[in-house]
Amino acid sequence: MNKKIILLLTFFISIGLYASPESDRKAFAKHYYDLYPDVHPAEFNNGVYAIDAASKDQWESIEEFPPYEINVDSGKKLFETAFKNGKTYASCFDNGGIGIKHTYPRFDAKTGDLITMELALNNCRKANNEKPLKYKKGPLIDISAYLAFTSRGKTIDIKIPNDKRAIAWYEKGKKFFETKRGQLDMSCTDCHVNNVGKNVRADLLGPALGHTTHWPVYRSKWGSLGSLHRRYAGCNKNIRAKPKKPQSEEYRALEYYESFMGNGLDANGPGARK
Amino acid sequence: MSFIKKTLKFSSLAIVFAGLLNFFMLTSVNSAEAVGAKSTAEGKKLTFGRKKGNCLACHIIADGSLPGNVGPPLVAMKVRFKTKKALRSQIANSRARNKLSIMPPFSAKKILTEKEIDLITDFIYTL
Ligand code: HEC
Ligand code: HEC
Repeated sequence: MNKKIILLLTFFISIGLYASPESDRKAFAKHYYDLYPDVHPAEFNNGVYAIDAASKDQWESIEEFPPYEINVDSGKKLFETAFKNGKTYASCFDNGGIGIKHTYPRFDAKTGDLITMELALNNCRKANNEKPLKYKKGPLIDISAYLAFTSRGKTIDIKIPNDKRAIAWYEKGKKFFETKRGQLDMSCTDCHVNNVGKNVRADLLGPALGHTTHWPVYRSKWGSLGSLHRRYAGCNKNIRAKPKKPQSEEYRALEYYESFMGNGLDANGPGARK
Repeated sequence: MSFIKKTLKFSSLAIVFAGLLNFFMLTSVNSAEAVGAKSTAEGKKLTFGRKKGNCLACHIIADGSLPGNVGPPLVAMKVRFKTKKALRSQIANSRARNKLSIMPPFSAKKILTEKEIDLITDFIYTL
């Protein structure tokens, strides 16, 4: 066969076989746009409140006097406090860390690792001979809340470079999202895609589109501010699955996948939820 | 100690009471029906129990409070399922009919014992 034809054929076959992250994202968003033609696409950063008119008013009044304000303030202080060696967190980040959270997680081409905002903060501490902080709540999550605050209104922009290792992270997250697990044998897809808008007991299942735009979150159920990975662990426990550790490869990959699905939405963290 | 005594007292009372109840039931109706009524009552408890079937998480069921609506309401079960066996199969293994079902595979994942599935089936078949 003519070489050109073979090349063309492999080109079309590979397009057919390989759904790119971008085509995944479009189909993912369209699922919700079709289900909720009356919800403006930009509203999907409001989580379950985008589709729950009944509780939206109450939520909006909570956001007027946000319970996480105190965390943002203390996060700012912590972020600006120098390490023992005299340097600050700002030295580890582009733009001194301000207005960049909406671009995390980031794939690091040097190491092949996937770096979330919280991991980057602890890496910065390590590089400056400070002990790492905890990932579920506490000072590190307060700092993350402050950085989220400085990214408010910016468009979520997660990059998946054309690098096998980056795509592997993405695929790992996608697979985690779609795989049934736990004794109750359910997947994220089961609840947040296929049955979105329905009730499990009194809980309305919210869309996965926009899951990551507003973290960390002050949850009244927790009575504190907590990280996205803490929430992931909760959803895993509810189906009687053993939760993964915060910042485990699984949860970082999951965050990469879910954040990429949210590309184009406005960052609006930190947030308040039930 | 006094707590244990109290509960002992209470449970022996309950046993006497249940015995009396049984006695009246056995004398008033035939024994097969009595056993049936007892097992549907047990089945109902397992169906509603959050740690057991927790079927209300997803199904509207007569008498159950705070139901979800992920699955269809469980009504007219004898019309929907010609035999009790077919209904049991749906409850034990939802994935036989719908491979991707969100309804948990209660038997394979040992969420319920086979006996518990029998009891739940007895109850659901009365709906
Ligand atoms: C049994 C159903 C169920 C499963 C399975 C489930 N979730 Fe949830 N999830 C919920 C409910 C209910 C809520 C609270 C309402 C809402 O925000 O959707 C929630 C909330 C969340 C939130 C917070 C949303 C916000 O706006 O703050 C995230 C993030 C989330 N889930 C992610 C996941 C991921 C990832 C998985 C799979 C690993 C998963 N969930 C599996 C039921 C489920
Ligand atoms: C997490 C959700 C969920 C739970 C929990 C659940 N179901 Fe279901 N059930 C469904 C869905 C969804 C269907 C529709 C068929 C399908 O998708 O498999 C269904 C279908 C059924 C049907 C068939 C109804 C019909 O008319 O065809 C029966 C019977 C049933 N479930 C009984 C039960 C019982 C009994 C329990 C508890 C022991 C239970 N279900 C728990 C979601 C659930």
